[in-house]
Amino acid sequence: MTVTEVIFYFIAAAAILGGLGVVVSRNVVHAALSLVFTLLAVAALFILLASEFLALVQVLVYAGGVAVLLLFALVLTRARDMNQTLDNNQKPLAAIAGLALMGVLIAMTVLTTWPRAADEPTLVDFNALGDALFRSWVVPFEVASLVLLVALVGAIVLAGPEEGEE
Amino acid sequence: MIPLEHFLVVSAVLFSLGVYGVLVRRNAVLILMSVELMLNAASINMVAFAAYTSPERFIGIIFAIFIIIVAAAEVGLALGIILRLFRNRRTANVDEVDQLKW
Repeated sequence: MTVTEVIFYFIAAAAILGGLGVVVSRNVVHAALSLVFTLLAVAALFILLASEFLALVQVLVYAGGVAVLLLFALVLTRARDMNQTLDNNQKPLAAIAGLALMGVLIAMTVLTTWPRAADEPTLVDFNALGDALFRSWVVPFEVASLVLLVALVGAIVLAGPEEGEE
Repeated sequence: MIPLEHFLVVSAVLFSLGVYGVLVRRNAVLILMSVELMLNAASINMVAFAAYTSPERFIGIIFAIFIIIVAAAEVGLALGIILRLFRNRRTANVDEVDQLKW
């Protein structure tokens, strides 16, 4: 077993444990912190896949922005103060569904022979990535900026005061 | 070196955990977190396939960037909706919000 493999299994276990914490934790804040843990582990997986740019974006946008927004949502809806069960009563069915899906996905992954272009992920050139993003993918890029703008305006309209409120 | 299948298995486990979370959680914010798990699993798949099977590496990474963009927009909007819901109904539990109109 090489060093890279040990690191990979360590990170994979961290990501899965974090994910487990998100779905089984009894405390909403612990769930949110587990999510941050998983997001950082996924960023580490991106580095193992030789995509550092994506790892950077993941840490900045997800672990930085999205996680803070989720914590804000938890605090503002006082999810922690309300003494209540966090899960509904369909746990066994949901567990069966989740395990069945996992079994199908893993069986399919193992049974398929995937085409191979590279034995080892090669590093992506930042310049070439920017070139691809701003030349052949410029239209989706602009549409994405429009999506962000609309989401921003929509969030302000939804969360802001209604007419008549101060 | 790590085989492609190992990345795919990690992503499959994360996705299934997300499905379980969406089905089992009552709080809207926790459901949103489970959705984030599923989106991350999809990103891992995209990047892993791009790294191992495609000679043109950018496409998977660009897809993952768009997934992250859409996830950020989605979380912002969902926060607005959940806050509005909490202000109107004093709850963020999706099973208590069963009316389309009141």
